[in-house]
Amino acid sequence: MSTRLKNGGRMIDRTKPVDFMWNGRKLSGFKGDTLASALLANDQMLVGRSFKYHRPRGIMAAGPEEPNALVNLGSGDRFEPNQRTTTTELFQGLTAKSQNHWPSLEFDVGAVNKHLSRVFPAGFYYKTFMFPRFAWKHVFEPIVRQAAGLGNVPTDRDADRYEYFYHHVDILVIGGGIAGLAATLAAGRSGATVMLLEQTADFGGRAVVDGGEIDGKPVQEWVGDTVAALKELPNVTLRPRTMGAGVYDHGYATGYERVNDHVPGDGRPRHRLWRIRTKRIVTATGAIERPISFAGNDIPGVMLAGSVRDFMVNHGVSLGDRVVIATNNDDAYRTAIAVKTAGLQVPLVVDARETVTGELPEQARAMGIQIATGTAISSVKGGKRVTAVAITPQNGTGHVTDEIACDIVAMSGGWSPVVHLWSHCGGKLNWDAEQAMFRPDGLRPPFGADGQGFVLVAGTANGYLDMAKVLHDAVAAGKRAAEEAGFQPSDEAVPLVDTKAESPILPVWTMPQVQSAKLQMKTWLDFQNDVKVSDVRLAAREGYESVEHTKRYTTLGMATDQGKLSNINGLAILADSLNAEIPQVGTTTFRPPYHPISFGAIAGEARGDIFKVLRRSPIHDWIDQNGGFWEPVGDWRRPYCFQKPGESVKDAVHREINQTRNSVGLLDASTLGKIIVKGPDAGRFLDMLYTNMMSTLKVGRCRYGLMCTENGFLSDDGVVARLSEDTFVCHTTSGGSDRIHAWMEEWLQTEWWDWEVYTANVTEQFAQIAIVGPKARQVIEKMGLDGLDVSAEALPFMAFAEGKIADIPARAFRISFSGELSYEIAVPAARGQAFWEAALAAGAEFGISPYGTEALHVMRAEKGFIMIGDETDGTVIPQDLGLSWAISKKKDDFLGKRAQQRSHMTDPNRWRLVGLETVDPQVVLPDGAYAVDGTTRANGIKNMIGRVTSTYWSPTLKRSIAMGLVEHGPERMGDIIVFPTVTGEEIKTKIVDPVFYDKEGARQNV
Amino acid sequence: MSNAISVKNGAEFNGAVRVSDAGLKGMITLRGDLSSTKLAAAVQETTGLAIPSRREIVFKGETGIAWMSPDELLIFCAYEQAEMQVAALTETLTGSHFLAVNVSDARAQFSLHGAGVREVIAKGSPANLSPAVLNPHEIRRTRLGQVAVAFWLSADDRLELVCFRSVGAFVYDWLCIAAAKDSLPEVY
Repeated sequence: MSTRLKNGGRMIDRTKPVDFMWNGRKLSGFKGDTLASALLANDQMLVGRSFKYHRPRGIMAAGPEEPNALVNLGSGDRFEPNQRTTTTELFQGLTAKSQNHWPSLEFDVGAVNKHLSRVFPAGFYYKTFMFPRFAWKHVFEPIVRQAAGLGNVPTDRDADRYEYFYHHVDILVIGGGIAGLAATLAAGRSGATVMLLEQTADFGGRAVVDGGEIDGKPVQEWVGDTVAALKELPNVTLRPRTMGAGVYDHGYATGYERVNDHVPGDGRPRHRLWRIRTKRIVTATGAIERPISFAGNDIPGVMLAGSVRDFMVNHGVSLGDRVVIATNNDDAYRTAIAVKTAGLQVPLVVDARETVTGELPEQARAMGIQIATGTAISSVKGGKRVTAVAITPQNGTGHVTDEIACDIVAMSGGWSPVVHLWSHCGGKLNWDAEQAMFRPDGLRPPFGADGQGFVLVAGTANGYLDMAKVLHDAVAAGKRAAEEAGFQPSDEAVPLVDTKAESPILPVWTMPQVQSAKLQMKTWLDFQNDVKVSDVRLAAREGYESVEHTKRYTTLGMATDQGKLSNINGLAILADSLNAEIPQVGTTTFRPPYHPISFGAIAGEARGDIFKVLRRSPIHDWIDQNGGFWEPVGDWRRPYCFQKPGESVKDAVHREINQTRNSVGLLDASTLGKIIVKGPDAGRFLDMLYTNMMSTLKVGRCRYGLMCTENGFLSDDGVVARLSEDTFVCHTTSGGSDRIHAWMEEWLQTEWWDWEVYTANVTEQFAQIAIVGPKARQVIEKMGLDGLDVSAEALPFMAFAEGKIADIPARAFRISFSGELSYEIAVPAARGQAFWEAALAAGAEFGISPYGTEALHVMRAEKGFIMIGDETDGTVIPQDLGLSWAISKKKDDFLGKRAQQRSHMTDPNRWRLVGLETVDPQVVLPDGAYAVDGTTRANGIKNMIGRVTSTYWSPTLKRSIAMGLVEHGPERMGDIIVFPTVTGEEIKTKIVDPVFYDKEGARQNV
Repeated sequence: MSNAISVKNGAEFNGAVRVSDAGLKGMITLRGDLSSTKLAAAVQETTGLAIPSRREIVFKGETGIAWMSPDELLIFCAYEQAEMQVAALTETLTGSHFLAVNVSDARAQFSLHGAGVREVIAKGSPANLSPAVLNPHEIRRTRLGQVAVAFWLSADDRLELVCFRSVGAFVYDWLCIAAAKDSLPEVY
């Protein structure tokens, strides 16, 4: 059984017990524990069930590589599934539940799957797509959906906030082990700004566990001194609990800081995503130990050898009383020695090598530890816990020679450098056959914009397993990074280390070397995704030669751990199956993030009220408080209508229209774009932008204009007013102001750079308020005029004038989008609210009422005015809309002119704008409905001859009205066409003139 | 002008730093040939200040000038003065190609005060805000989260931020969240 040792545990504070809940049971650990070490101290070996076969699973590792021990963590609005116990710091009140089982962890019905493993081979999921055809939809998909996923889905809204932080440093060092510390010191002493990221709460990495001396001091003391020295340097930033998550082009990297996961709800943001720009990145990310592939290697109690001593040294946790070591290298003997030193038993070291003579094995022998060379584990015995191992010669086929009782198997298949961050941006790897590892090729780094490598690698991550070489490499990397970042490198000395000579590793990809088919089916490669040696061999037999294909087919190396333990073993088996060399098979692609990061961190601060930018007009708050029913328009909110208490949206719209047509209404049109265009060439410039002539506009007058793209399509429309001889203001649509301003600048800066024109987007300088209706003039006059005459004679239709209204500086445009007498009045935005209230007060006697966008839409449709985005969709040209009158014949050129002469644009069969009147006036056509002519196209669909672009109930005309684009429409006035609906009805509709109301324009021109 | 109101009407928030609506400010966009002596003389006459160099901002009392682009300046003055200054510039520069326009109402300005002002902004702006790089007298046109902004340090613990008026309330909310107590990473 696993338990807390009487002594030891450099990270825990035994005077500070911490209570936590595990599957509803109260357990206790110490401050400094991880959830994994606390569970193990409580003899909780079984922590979850595997994904596919629901096999019992225990803790295998002590760090982020852990594949099994994922839990549902927290509750309510702080619940999160798939949290790794080995990287979860224990805190008072933590609650955790194991995953992927029913009804309980101890008894899981799903475990029946393991007896069906013959019917769930590699590629099972994909095979379900193939045969029989009906089965996917009706049989497999419902089952797979039910079974998919490990943890539960959160149901509550996340209680926490997250954020980004942008940071700029000369050098970023990732990994706070001895290599990262040494590299940071070497770089930092050059004067460069250096940031060091360490994913755990402590610096030093595993060198502290492995022991030894640096500069004559125990490793832990050297780490403490070095951290203290770094803190003295003002140009160095140390960031614990921050993982280097990704390396991207142009010296960009992300860091994932878990700010308060160990003290949830302390008021700080939970996670912070560091977005770091740097000149050089040094990855000092260490290495991960590999499991060994032998039968039963997934049974709880089979662990990585290094992790066994991590738990002992760091947390004072003994994993078991009898620990069998299985290895192919000298490093695992450190675990044997640590276990024996703690007073526990090591019945046997199973070493696949024929001769074992390194210093560490000799030390173990001297302690009385028995070593069986040339030996392998044939299989592990046990169900929910290890009970024994069966021993066999490594070069045999699994014939059992002995069985040894034990409760822990500590395995070491060698170490794989963590090359992920080196590889994210294309750093290449070499296979080092002698050390049996992929290691970075310093000559093929990821290249930056300057053509130089921008990532350097240091220490164990660079393939150095010996502490002296690690520190030598790290100091060199730190100095080189500083030099390449433009600093004079420091003369920092390499710390002195006395290391133990180690014998070479023997590559062992299965134990024993030749496994029977039966053993292969019990030998796990990927513990999280239940991929076995037999699955990879099957994939190879079925023709999967690429490692990327094999990954997808077998799920090897997928999901939350991305194969941190399984990748190398898996591709070695694939290479063996294909009779290829390991470097020929290669690795799968390493992609960011190194380790899963929270969606919250990715979203940053963007949630709740600041999820997305919201533009507010100067009248926004008043609208919000006075029944405004909001709709989004670009990034703005505009009121669809103003609801009175108890009033429906539809009734509100009809009331607003009737009030405006019969008396006076008020519209907040502040969102309309307003762009100043000024200069000697302004008229010429506008003649190019608009289809009609603007240069002939008289000062003080307004003209409606259309803008097209170079391809001739209608892009925007609005009224242009000439403020002075060389100055115009161009009104754009609400959503179009930024786009059109950018469009103007693009032409001025790239094509007509020698034209003397300046533009300025003054959209937000003005609140623009339309006072509309037969009583509009009376309202404005009542508001009080100063220097301004709004009479029909002084200010005729399509003119503007400046002066003061209600003592507020104003520019009044006599333009109309409703067909009524109408003034659009621009006032300084800061005084918009005051103007609005003055208009409401002056209009009270006429029953003045604000109206929203829907009333605006209906009124413009009654008048047959087009709306960009309704009548246009990027494929419509002005000629389609009967707007040929607004296309100048006199101008040599304008944007879109040439395109509009192309054959397809002049095709008489183009759909063109008409009015549509349903035969039954009570029936309103559905938006976007298509008209058909009763024939069928070659591909079997009904032949369409037109579509609805705008459709409304007109309270003015007391009938439905619509506009649409119809083939030969203008030539078919009076014809009846048919619009089928999705419910199968057919709506008979008459083609009419698009102007439904006041065709002569008498109402606006009074 | 008593009925003219700034976007957050003087709102204030006290967190890791103090965030406040700076009230209405006069701002004028001036576009033209910044190397011309005529323009420099007009600016000098109107503001009493010389044209700043690239990315520089200069202030004397309420009057200031920010370099915005190779052909654009932003002139600061009292809100009530803006129209008069536009008129003065226009008169002086008549005959040359330029654009002077009052944008006071198109803007919102917020003041941040406290030791952590750089870190509040670094949560949303990719500009380098470290004390070694961003000094007072430098204006940065950049973004804050999803929104275009410009800012400068008026003192080591004071930062002024300008954005468009329509996003003023959004930016204020953003700043208050970024300036929450105990939320700064404390790297500067």
